Amino acid sequence: MDNKIVNESLIAGKGWFPADVSTFGNYVDSLYSFILWVSVILFVAITIVVVTFVLKYRKRPGYVQPGGEHITHNTKLELAWTVPPLILCLFVFYWGFTGFLDMSVAPKNGEEIHVVGKKWIWQFEYKNGTKTLSEMVVPVNTPIILVMTSEDVLHSFYSPNMRIKRDVVPNRYTKIWFQATRTGNFQIFCTEFCGDGHSQMQGTIRVVSAEEYKDWLANSGSADDGLPLEKLGEKVYSAKGCVACHSIDGSAMVGPSWKGTWGTSRPMTGGGSVIMDENYVKESVNYPIAKVVQGYQPVMPSYKGLLSDREIDGVIAYLKTLK
Amino acid sequence: MSLPAVRTDYINATKGWKSWLTTLDHKRIGIMYLLFIAISFGLGGFFALALRMELLNPGKLLFTAKQYNQLFTLHGAVMVFLFIVPSIPASLGNFLLPLQIGAKDVAFPRMNLMSFYLYLFGAVFCVYSMVAGAADTGWTFYTPYSITTSTSVISMTLGAFILGFSSIFTGLNFIVTIHKMRAPGMTWFRMPLMVWALYATAIIQVLATPVLGITLLLLIIERVAGIGIFDPALGGDPVLFQHFFWFYSHPAVYIMILPAMGVMSELVTTFCKKNIFGYKMIAYSSLAIAIISFLVWGHHLFVSGQSDYAAMIFSLLTYLVAIPSAVKIFNWIATMYQGEIDLKAPFLYFLAFLFLFSIGGFTGIMLGSLSLDVYLHDTYFVVAHFHYVMMGGTVMAFLGGLHYWWPKMFGRMYSEGAAFVAWLFIMVGFNMVFFTQFLLGTKGMPRRYYSYLDQFQPLHAFSTSGTWVLTVGFLIMAFYLVESLLNGKQAPDNPWGGLTLEWTTQSPPITENFLDTPIVDCGPYEYDKVKV
Repeated sequence: MDNKIVNESLIAGKGWFPADVSTFGNYVDSLYSFILWVSVILFVAITIVVVTFVLKYRKRPGYVQPGGEHITHNTKLELAWTVPPLILCLFVFYWGFTGFLDMSVAPKNGEEIHVVGKKWIWQFEYKNGTKTLSEMVVPVNTPIILVMTSEDVLHSFYSPNMRIKRDVVPNRYTKIWFQATRTGNFQIFCTEFCGDGHSQMQGTIRVVSAEEYKDWLANSGSADDGLPLEKLGEKVYSAKGCVACHSIDGSAMVGPSWKGTWGTSRPMTGGGSVIMDENYVKESVNYPIAKVVQGYQPVMPSYKGLLSDREIDGVIAYLKTLK
Repeated sequence: MSLPAVRTDYINATKGWKSWLTTLDHKRIGIMYLLFIAISFGLGGFFALALRMELLNPGKLLFTAKQYNQLFTLHGAVMVFLFIVPSIPASLGNFLLPLQIGAKDVAFPRMNLMSFYLYLFGAVFCVYSMVAGAADTGWTFYTPYSITTSTSVISMTLGAFILGFSSIFTGLNFIVTIHKMRAPGMTWFRMPLMVWALYATAIIQVLATPVLGITLLLLIIERVAGIGIFDPALGGDPVLFQHFFWFYSHPAVYIMILPAMGVMSELVTTFCKKNIFGYKMIAYSSLAIAIISFLVWGHHLFVSGQSDYAAMIFSLLTYLVAIPSAVKIFNWIATMYQGEIDLKAPFLYFLAFLFLFSIGGFTGIMLGSLSLDVYLHDTYFVVAHFHYVMMGGTVMAFLGGLHYWWPKMFGRMYSEGAAFVAWLFIMVGFNMVFFTQFLLGTKGMPRRYYSYLDQFQPLHAFSTSGTWVLTVGFLIMAFYLVESLLNGKQAPDNPWGGLTLEWTTQSPPITENFLDTPIVDCGPYEYDKVKV
């Protein structure tokens, strides 16, 4: 539907996995392969035994069941199928646990980014006050520590490529860290069910070189200055999370569609109507609950302070093009 | 027909619908349960068909995001609370338990009927929730979403709360029945393994279900009275809800699977004409599973932010609970050795369980591993895993048991050929739907997604097409089972050559089960000593 470019990163992996681009990847993937192949071997062994028994002992003309007392115990056999699986399980437990500790304990020299999850966008805040929506820019080969919290319900921050996931909980901070090993755009999903826009609560981790990161942090936002307003609005629409709830093809999602609404009279919840003009759009961006279109829930988060004036102008210009 | 046309049995002993609604006969109560459990399975299956249809392509096909969320919530809630928790214990268990231990009825027949009415009463609330703005929280009701959503969460949780009592009543009844009502000579180690499994299940039902009840009650209080328990906006703790919820719901997984394992032991002995291998190990492993199952709930919370030490202990205990399950599988396979294997429908479902449950178990090993779970948690991998355990395990055993005891319950045989065709469709369809989902999960596809990235579309479409194959299988089954009730050949008392007590009485049994109280002087599966 959107964000087609970032999706590329999900398919380019070894085997069934998405590309492994963090320091955790190798560890997690080898553990997976180990359990997978041990399981395949055991499953094939079980299948061979069962199929052999079925063929050999199946009731058929001329077959006589072996007589004598049935074997109901065999201590050696029972130990053989209890103890080795137990040892194997304990080994897998240990392997899984040590890796988990590495994922939990962040290095001290990491770059800290504050993550806020809210229905249905990801917001990132950097030490120098830079805020971004849906896109997190990070330097390559540097530990990144995410300190996360939610403004409403549970969310979960999941980057398949980085092999990390952690719930984002209201009124509490959760932490996770990763270190990217190559540059590129990588997918972020929300993996804790959070309502109508859950599947649209996506984002991108943009991994760049250390120099590029420094530059970006120093003049964040200025890269968009050259864009014409309509193009800027289109970019904001998909990059800042509007796409999660507002369609541009007329279909009703969590919020009303943007198509063909500009300049029309909109019926409001609680009676009355409002003309869809510049002031209404700006008010709805900053104070979304003030005037809600009839038939929709007052669930949109406020974008106050998250969109620049020029970006709001861009959205307005973009809305005008959606006839 | 060689058998006399009319014999008195529990079905024709008294007539009219009133005689059914006020019956105290455990067999009739079991049959009524069976009917409603089948209806619930059909309803839950219908929701599954609808939501898989929506996932045929990304974006909107039939439903809005909200409707899709309601669909998967209803699918989960109906399948868990109305179908799978009561499935084997309340229908097959109710019918069989007294028969298998040589008793006339359960210890408290009135309480048994009460449990059935509580089930219906709880179901009414769940159905009410469906028509009055169905809940959209997922069957897990995670806070604070479940407190803030405008859908009818209260009626659904109240329904689950009442259904909990129905489950507790059944469990209490079974425990007392097994302790006090066994036929003369039936020592603990002469009980059929189905009875052991029902006993272990009953312990969990009685001890764990109250915790769910309290949790759902707290949730309702919070929603109605605004008292902060789980909602952080009111000073509560949302993760506390998850601990409470899984403290019941993980043991509940074993409420679902233990009776299925009991059915497996019955099937393998009868259709291999063999004494069971490792009777005591199977019996004890049921109890071991029941006990350890109380201590692993935290493996649902590995990425919730719970302490790393807690996660470590939960992971370790999770691996310990895997061992008794594996032991049972090996015991059943060993039982097949030097048997006389009869590939009738019940045994086909035995084989289905063996393979599908093993896959569920192996993938459970992956999910129990901490650093791997971080990657796979809440993806389609988990969805596939628990469907392999629940549907590949419990439902297959339930179907096996249903076919096995069908002649005993209704006195009619079904078409063996049609049963084989249905089994084939179900096996193929099931693996099409759910094996595909392992691949989706490994590729990073999150669960509970209304829409998804285009790259997942081929796999989603294949998974959806599997649901149609599965549906054909179940429709064939519904058809030949109804056909058997109407025109089926009259069943002999012991069509499969079983040795447990239910096969010593007529099909269908008389209201009092046995003409004379049976006297037991050997183990339940001694095929090497008795010739059938």
